[in-house]
Amino acid sequence: MDTAMDQPRVANKLPPLSVFLMGGTQLLNRHYIKGCFYLLVQILLVLFATDLLTALEGFITLGDTAQHRVGFKIIHGDHSIHMLVEGVLAIFLTVAFLAAYLLNIKDAVKITPCTIGLKQQLRAFYDEHFALIMLTPAGIAALAFIILPILITVLVSLTNYAAPAHIPPKNLVDWVGFRNFLSLFELKIWSSTLLGVGSWTVIWAVCSTILTFGFGFVLALALSNRDIAGKKVWRVIFMLPYAIPAFVSLLIFRLLLNGIGPVNSIINGFGIESIPFLSDPVLAKVTVIAIGVWAGAPYFMLLIAGALTNIPKELYEASEVDGASRFQQFKEITLPMILHQVAPSLVMTFAFNFNNFGAVYLLTEGGPINPEYRFAGHTDILITWIYKLTLDFQQYNIAAVVSIIIFLFLSLIAIWQFRRMNSFKTDVSMR
Amino acid sequence: MNKLMHKAGVFAVYLLLAINAILVLGPITWTVMASFKPGVNLFSSSFTDFSFTLDHYRALFTDTPYLQWYANTFVLAFSNMAISIIVVTMTAFIFSRYRFKGKRNVMMGILVIQMFPAFLSITAIYVLLSKLNLIDTFTGLLFVYVTGSLPFMTWLVKGYFDAIPTSLDEAAKIDGAGHLTIFFEIILPLAKPILVFVGLTSFTAPWMDFILPTLILRSEEKMTLAVGIFQWIASNSAENYTLFSAGALLVAIPITLLFVATQKHITVGLVSGAVKE
Repeated sequence: MDTAMDQPRVANKLPPLSVFLMGGTQLLNRHYIKGCFYLLVQILLVLFATDLLTALEGFITLGDTAQHRVGFKIIHGDHSIHMLVEGVLAIFLTVAFLAAYLLNIKDAVKITPCTIGLKQQLRAFYDEHFALIMLTPAGIAALAFIILPILITVLVSLTNYAAPAHIPPKNLVDWVGFRNFLSLFELKIWSSTLLGVGSWTVIWAVCSTILTFGFGFVLALALSNRDIAGKKVWRVIFMLPYAIPAFVSLLIFRLLLNGIGPVNSIINGFGIESIPFLSDPVLAKVTVIAIGVWAGAPYFMLLIAGALTNIPKELYEASEVDGASRFQQFKEITLPMILHQVAPSLVMTFAFNFNNFGAVYLLTEGGPINPEYRFAGHTDILITWIYKLTLDFQQYNIAAVVSIIIFLFLSLIAIWQFRRMNSFKTDVSMR
Repeated sequence: MNKLMHKAGVFAVYLLLAINAILVLGPITWTVMASFKPGVNLFSSSFTDFSFTLDHYRALFTDTPYLQWYANTFVLAFSNMAISIIVVTMTAFIFSRYRFKGKRNVMMGILVIQMFPAFLSITAIYVLLSKLNLIDTFTGLLFVYVTGSLPFMTWLVKGYFDAIPTSLDEAAKIDGAGHLTIFFEIILPLAKPILVFVGLTSFTAPWMDFILPTLILRSEEKMTLAVGIFQWIASNSAENYTLFSAGALLVAIPITLLFVATQKHITVGLVSGAVKE
């Protein structure tokens, strides 16, 4: 080692070596970390090459032998969906391999011999690539459990993976192109469900967001009033719906508002007939929104109470000098300042409510049943419809199409919000 | 006259607060009373009936797997909290303090992705987990929980870290502090409020989530509280309703206390995360 370092050598280029043996040139030039890494990639590729090819082929065919019987014996066929997933993984790995290969050659071409020992190399690698090393766990997790699933969902939407005729391992699944998209938009029964459920989803998300904001605002203002005593106590009481696990409060309301439940028996006590809070199509929707506000208003109350303290007191003092009334102060100072601060959370809340599974499913399970809908009830929102399509009716392909619609819709909102945010301020968070 | 108007205004505010308090406390009081009421007919329980029994609580522990569900949920919640805090703070630290290629695009991607609930690609997640033999395991569910909340939390915590002046880490760097020393000794101690917020949010998530455990955890002894309790309600049997009221209270009380005790930190988290973005 020492003798080698005494005489600085010319770069042992031999780039062709890395073309055949990944990491070869790097190792010759004593770049041990890089060299070993590339070498390992190549060894893995050689070991798993046949699996990779089988998986890629399977991705195209999705299997050709269905499960069948010979005499009394069941012969297992191909599992199309597993083949699809393996295929996607294989594509990922192939792309990653190609990228590593190109990097390896690019690096070999401009290599210079390394003059420091292995220990220092490790040290330097850690210092230089600290960000990369620390991001790896989160990156792999996000790739495996967020990106990959989204990709697979998109692919499933292009297959006929649905009950009754195409459920592996019993049957095969095939690529069908955009047929599911066409049937969802063109078959009357599907398109009317999509339209009905979709528009109710938007109505629900808009109403619950605006109303929770409004009620939260009123509560926060009331609690900031100078003349109100016992603020701490009020605050804790109003915080309860936020603190109690949502599934508990939703199920409590489901019992309370039941057709023969306690609320109706109180109403009956006044000689009024029972109100079908959860079983009348229109009333059920109103109830779902009302309970959503009950559970969601405290969030905005806390948020706005915090935001109120950010408004400079001088603004109010100055306006008082100018003789502004309290209402004018509210309209000209409080409201715009709060809206400006809280706008991002309004968008977030909208996106959250758009997919607020619990708020609907725990309360009504999507009911009451709507005979004009396919696999959905009157209060079903898109995500509870997906739940039913997937878990109850195994219509995986259509569920995937609906998921994609939600993906696209929410992405548009996210990008819009991002643009708006960036226009407000300089590049602080992008630093 | 003006004074009278003022008094009327204050009275109106009190009235509003009182009505709201009734709306909030009513359902809660009813559940508390129902859980102590003898017999199984929950619907007959009114607000004026004051008889008392602990039968439902006894039944909860002796006749149902409630304790098991409680333990499951606690284990899940605690692990989710511990893993989330480690992964989220480290990732946010990198995004806040380091430059690397494609950072802007990754940030944009995070902002889009954090809007998608994991459930949207549930079929794919299910197949992936079954390929990894993680169906019906807590590990599988934890993977989904931690990664699911990662984008939003990273965004939130990064925003908080951004507000900590970089001059602090630069001074430490001159004194010879390494990457991890800066992270553990400079950034983390200053980020306590947001850490509490992340911890609380990730701890409470498994108590509230219904949809993922239904799908990923198959056997009854692995169920979480939300799933188990929902089944009592969905079964539409009166006996289970009373079990529900007792069981729901025992979940709600500790979680509620946790929230009330940490309310200062929650406000900090909400405000720094949502408001300043």
